[in-house]
Amino acid sequence: MAFGTQEAPSDADLPWSVRRSLPRGSQAVFEGKMLNYKGNWKGSVVSSVLEPVLFLAAMGISLGTLVDQGGRLDQGVDYLVFLAPGLLAATAMQTATFESTYPIMGALKWHKTFEGILSTPVKVRDLVTGHLLFILFRLVTTLAVFLAVMGAFGALEMPLGLLALPAAVLTGLAFAAPVSAFAAWVQNDAGFAALLRFGIVPMFLFSGTFFPVDQLPAVLQPVAYATPLWHGVSLTRGLSVGQLDPLLAMVNVGYLAVLLLVGVWLARRQFAKRLVI
Amino acid sequence: MSTTPPGPAGVGASSMLLARVLPMPLPSARRASLLVERNLLVYRRGWLLILSGFFEPLFYLLSIGIGIGALVGTVVTDSGAALDYTVFVAPALMASSAMNGAVYDSTFNIFFKLKYAKLYDAVLATPLSASDVAAGETSWALMRGALYSTTFLAVMLALGLVQSWWAILAVPACFLIGFAFAAVGLAATSFMKSWQNFEFVQLAVLPMFLFSTTFYPLSVYPDALRLLVQCTPLYHGIELVRALVTGLVDVSILGHVLYLAVMGSIGLIVGSKRLATLLLK
Amino acid sequence: MSVRSASVENMTEPSSLTVDERRAAGEADEAALLADGPRADELVWARGLSKKFGEFTAVDGIDISVRRGEAFGFLGPNGAGKSSTMRMIGAVSPATDGRLRILGRDPGTDGPAIRARLGVVPQTDNLDQELTVRENLLIYGRYFGIPRAQIRARADELLDFVQLTDRADDLVEPLSGGMKRRLTIARSLINEPELLLLDEPTTGLDPQARHALWDRLFRLKQRGVTLVLTTHYMDEAEQLCDRLVVMDKGRIAAEGAPAELIGTYSTREVLELRFATGENESHADGLADLAERIEVLPDRLLLYTDDGDGAATAVVERGLRPASVLVRRSSLEDVFLRLTGRSLVE
Repeated sequence: MAFGTQEAPSDADLPWSVRRSLPRGSQAVFEGKMLNYKGNWKGSVVSSVLEPVLFLAAMGISLGTLVDQGGRLDQGVDYLVFLAPGLLAATAMQTATFESTYPIMGALKWHKTFEGILSTPVKVRDLVTGHLLFILFRLVTTLAVFLAVMGAFGALEMPLGLLALPAAVLTGLAFAAPVSAFAAWVQNDAGFAALLRFGIVPMFLFSGTFFPVDQLPAVLQPVAYATPLWHGVSLTRGLSVGQLDPLLAMVNVGYLAVLLLVGVWLARRQFAKRLVI
Repeated sequence: MSTTPPGPAGVGASSMLLARVLPMPLPSARRASLLVERNLLVYRRGWLLILSGFFEPLFYLLSIGIGIGALVGTVVTDSGAALDYTVFVAPALMASSAMNGAVYDSTFNIFFKLKYAKLYDAVLATPLSASDVAAGETSWALMRGALYSTTFLAVMLALGLVQSWWAILAVPACFLIGFAFAAVGLAATSFMKSWQNFEFVQLAVLPMFLFSTTFYPLSVYPDALRLLVQCTPLYHGIELVRALVTGLVDVSILGHVLYLAVMGSIGLIVGSKRLATLLLK
Repeated sequence: MSVRSASVENMTEPSSLTVDERRAAGEADEAALLADGPRADELVWARGLSKKFGEFTAVDGIDISVRRGEAFGFLGPNGAGKSSTMRMIGAVSPATDGRLRILGRDPGTDGPAIRARLGVVPQTDNLDQELTVRENLLIYGRYFGIPRAQIRARADELLDFVQLTDRADDLVEPLSGGMKRRLTIARSLINEPELLLLDEPTTGLDPQARHALWDRLFRLKQRGVTLVLTTHYMDEAEQLCDRLVVMDKGRIAAEGAPAELIGTYSTREVLELRFATGENESHADGLADLAERIEVLPDRLLLYTDDGDGAATAVVERGLRPASVLVRRSSLEDVFLRLTGRSLVE
């Protein structure tokens, strides 16, 4: 093996492999996360695929019977068809949030794996991009299975409904980026409990997943409309039900895209603050 | 007080955010080591836990009341009573959270201590015996569960979801549910080899939560499924708490109590025997 | 601070350089003098390097030169600023003040290019505990952008080098501390670095594991890898370093080869005397004429003299009966004590 080669340091001395792939640090970070995931994917099947599907069956079909008997859902569709896209968007939020909280804090603080990675040519922004690439992978695979189940349950208007997948993926990414920044900002995981209980859980319960937001008291409706999950649910539902309001959809996409971009900016800044000291 | 922090240790994405009301997070080796620090934190940030222990049932009950309850209207129970939907679901959530807390404490928490903290090795070097450990862990879990159930009942009372003085007995009923599940959970944990085995816990707990008349009466199911649901322990827990909170009490609650007591006793016997062989070998 | 500049000039050329390279280095030297920068063979070059964290000054204006092929050490107690210096050299921590060149480049602008040619062994292992031994090497190589097939071949060699071949497919978590440390060293070599930075490489290891690790580091040195390491163990510094700086409170107290430092700052031998508890200090004055210098430690007296046995005899002749008498050679510990008035390991 050739160690400590004697050439004088200059640009041309970089090993070709390094020169070629320096800009692709994010790809290596993604590969690292995939290598980790290889040993854990089975557990995630139960939690991210089976759970939402069981939810859909229990709430959409069985509870749906009661709701449809009540006849009070003024959406022109069965409760199952109404609920399914809501659960799709909520699952995206949950998967992205989960993968962006404890794993980020672990790599940053407890295991210091980020520190190890940064002693290579990989840059801070590669860490953020690589992490989001992994979230993208998790979202696409998880949500595609859920979408297939929706199709099997007859809760998908074709072919427009297929676009519910990218819509839900965008929703997930719009959560992943700012939550990653948050995970790099808080000093310990007490912050996560607060985020979940006062942010994510209330969104899950009140942002249109289980019932239309206009059922909320008038003062709370603007709050619900301001949440990112509502925009995700609105977009996803419009596509899967086949009743898309183009103007509203543009607002939804714009909101989520801005959240994603701001989140990426914040995450890069916050990662650098914690790691480059 | 909610003592079940949302799923840090689990791969469970969706279960994570549902905190204590929904089934426990799925543990995995992946984040096991994170837990040392987390467990310490859990006990340090008391005020947040107490606060969220109050908000959590509030959020759930409000969501059901404003949302699904408004869509469903009234529901006819299996005993023939017509109930407001929120009144129907609230006691079921109370019973389910008692189960979830107990299962979390007795499986995941204990396994962690057995495998990593080596806590019991130290304890058993003192005059304490293995059955003391089993009983001690179970009571600790039950105490925290009782506090949470009381909070839950108080929130229900504040929201006008309690219809009878029998409801006072819902707290001891949740205590019994907690005991039954904690004991069985402990016994199950003694058979666990790795974190991967906990997938089975999740696979047992989540369907029970979703299908054991939590959200709708048995009448929704075909006959065969009804029978299956009636065999599950959570069904008995939910029916017991529901009867007490709504005041629709009859002799059948004795059957529910008996089921849970027998289940807990068997769990405790098996659990302490298994733990003794595990710890003293 | 005259010590520092003197030893920079007195450095001996590493034997691995060829005549041509010496000449090239000489030409580069002239350019370096004009530009006030590093010579071609100075892999690490710092002038007035400082690191502050808020009000706290961790590194306080140090000058360093590490030349290709040498093993260079930072010796000092915990909190001396060694790790902060190492992180700056590793191009991961920006300097607050001063000039720093690594491999001739500015870490402020060329961080990734510098890191591509460094190997880093951090103070605490940050291996991925959930991956196998081999997977840790594979993924780390990817961070350098090395093609998979090439990493695989190197990983096999490196596992052999650090004697972990039979554990290649085991998870990292259950490995012993020494094994994890060796794996971290293997990981740091995956990109065939020119410069290897080791922060406290053997802290926390048992004696056997330390010797195994030292052996591996010797071999790397023989292969021409430039080593920069920090340690608070004087035996480690003596064993591994061609040249070292003694650091204390963010500053460099002295610089030189281990033997040079001992020659300059200590006597050839040390006589250690232990009296009954509390009596050590009271005997110090009466023995002052027997040694060049006396240090009073809580549990013993150190008499610095070139003739330890002679001094020991004289002590006994004066009718004193210490509980124990030990004559030993001077070490870097004594140098540190002389320079700072404190012990290295407290």
